[in-house]
Amino acid sequence: MTAAPTLPVESAEPDGRGLLLHATAVRKQFGGLVAVNDIDFDIPRESIVGLIGPNGAGKTTFFNMITGLYKPTAGKISFDGKDITGQRPHQVVHAGIGRTFQNIRLFGNMTVLENVLVGLHHTLRSSWWRTILRTSDLVREEAEAVARARALLAMPELDLLKREHDYARNLPYGDQRRLEIARALATGCRLLLLDEPTAGMNPEETRELTDFVRTLRDRLGLTILLIEHDMRVVMGISERITVLDHGEKIAEGTPAEVRSDVKVIEAYLGRSAAAEGK
Amino acid sequence: MAVQLTRVSGRTGLPNPFAGTDGDRRNRTIVAALLIAAVVYPFVANAIPSVLPAPSVNNLIVMCYYAVLALGLNIVVGFAGLLDLGYVAFYVFGAYTTAFLASPQFGIHVPWFLIAPIAIVAAALAGILLGAPTLRLRGDYLAIVTLGFGEIVPQLMRNLDKVNINIAGQTIIGPDRNVTGGALGINPIDALTIPLPPFLQKLWDTPNLVFSNSNGHASFYLVLGILVLSYFVCRRLRDSRLGRAWMAIREDETAASSMGINTVTTKLLAFSLGASFSGFVGAFVASYQTAVFPESFNFSVSISILIMVILGGMGSLRGVVVGAFALTYVSQTFLPFLGRIVDPPIQGLGQQIGIGLLQNFTLVSMNYLIFGVILVLMMIFRPEGLLPSAARKAELHGEGIAAEGTFGTTETVAEAATAFGAERGELDPGDDAPARASNRDDQPPNPSGNGPTGEQA
Repeated sequence: MTAAPTLPVESAEPDGRGLLLHATAVRKQFGGLVAVNDIDFDIPRESIVGLIGPNGAGKTTFFNMITGLYKPTAGKISFDGKDITGQRPHQVVHAGIGRTFQNIRLFGNMTVLENVLVGLHHTLRSSWWRTILRTSDLVREEAEAVARARALLAMPELDLLKREHDYARNLPYGDQRRLEIARALATGCRLLLLDEPTAGMNPEETRELTDFVRTLRDRLGLTILLIEHDMRVVMGISERITVLDHGEKIAEGTPAEVRSDVKVIEAYLGRSAAAEGK
Repeated sequence: MAVQLTRVSGRTGLPNPFAGTDGDRRNRTIVAALLIAAVVYPFVANAIPSVLPAPSVNNLIVMCYYAVLALGLNIVVGFAGLLDLGYVAFYVFGAYTTAFLASPQFGIHVPWFLIAPIAIVAAALAGILLGAPTLRLRGDYLAIVTLGFGEIVPQLMRNLDKVNINIAGQTIIGPDRNVTGGALGINPIDALTIPLPPFLQKLWDTPNLVFSNSNGHASFYLVLGILVLSYFVCRRLRDSRLGRAWMAIREDETAASSMGINTVTTKLLAFSLGASFSGFVGAFVASYQTAVFPESFNFSVSISILIMVILGGMGSLRGVVVGAFALTYVSQTFLPFLGRIVDPPIQGLGQQIGIGLLQNFTLVSMNYLIFGVILVLMMIFRPEGLLPSAARKAELHGEGIAAEGTFGTTETVAEAATAFGAERGELDPGDDAPARASNRDDQPPNPSGNGPTGEQA
């Protein structure tokens, strides 16, 4: 396991300038059920942060609050110094947050290229009347968009250009996962949220994807937050890990710290296992 | 890296990055040929020997304007996937706008070429009016609300013939002001009339060219022009950023919004742009028939247009035009023709054996029964429609059935995950333990039903 580089989390200034995402006391209630309970959560710039916890811990709910699909019941989320609490999903994308879904949600009856073009949607400006008139700047913009989409698909880690005209639903599973990341990257995001990106992948694919995630950070300077059940993946790749259980944050720290945390072992394996481990 | 292209020419419907390929040129030739055929057709129709009856020019006009209506509804239903059962409401807005602005009803006589854009805008605004309150609705609920809207608007036109509006003792409108003409409708409406240059006046022996049902040929070319224009506008919309956004919403609204698409404006644009086509048709039909009546805008019109879209192939432009032509041909030309042959013997039989139902039998009155049978047969044998869009064809006749199981089905994901989990367990028991133990299933309830949390894999 590679040693995680030291991060400037502690040294971050109070106004959150070292932080890309800064969430304070975020809460989500569904009726009487508290799905996420007053969680503070920080993501330093250009870091890879893992979010783990048993099923139903509130990880995806937390994701959905960041991306605007759910409105937090209380609390504040700011991204890059701007308050994004309760903004609509497309506004959050404009701010610079892209995501993938736990159960792949591609546009199945659209081609690979079209899926990526949808990701580029908000970076394009053509309005409907210019579409009807087919003005020259619109034609240029479309051509540029297609070129950008194809360049993205041609990334060796994605290697999807050869399937650009295939329907997304006809891709093999691993390609679908990669296409979902490609689509999110097309939005031009600075923070990429990955919801169980390696679920259902074989060890080889998992390793490739892990390397890809690192590449995205190292080469493109993206910040990444991932939910992951595969402990080897999440421990190997994350610089910091936050553990949720029953909507509460029970632990936070480096992978080594989290791994030895009694509460974490308890949450995953039960109280007796935690006692045994001691 | 080496770029490999397995297929160069994309399917139609792509934002064509390969303009000028063979397929493109072929399509252009076909379109040109069809257009020439359409232009010449009225003059040669009677000369072509045919088993089936040739549609008259008036029938052709009906075919064309239904095709435009179907193209408009196709934007809402086919592109954006929003089931609209009240499309006729927008048609009413177009037709009555024209009636108000070009009839003795209010003594206003605006030229048609000004009315047409006004009617288009009126219908588009009606689209926004309907769209705005229904934005949060999906599927069945949306269908029911649009159905209601489609009933309300014609009823308004039927009943706004004695309007009294008094505010603070002041009569704003009234007493018993006749706004819409009630059940009698508005009659007459000015037909589109163009003064002819002198040499044509002599040639055709008329000072003006009138585009009404008294001059079928002229009206046919006008409506053909509207159809061609509508077709190309639809095509450009489909192959654009907006068209992709519509399709993305149709496929998965949540994912679309998470990719930066403003679903509110995109859906409103679908409603209003879709409605604008019916506004154009309304303007044409009102001046072509030189009258509007509320009963020509009943629920069956909405349903007929929807059947045309489904029959032709939702989302496919060529499909919905063919669907509209086919259905209108059957009801306007073929059934009357067949009726003239089969009605008398059946009526005669009814008289002989004394069954009243058969005595009054007319095939034309069986119109909707026959539509229903056609629709049922289509759904069984060709659910994707006559000329389906590529996407829909793929959806219903899975190009890749093998891959289908892996798309978004959580069972397979879970199975695979379990399998790999076990495998990892052998390799590295220490790290894997938490993953295997994580089987608690108490995900919070999802209020929207179709929301983003989805199932836990």
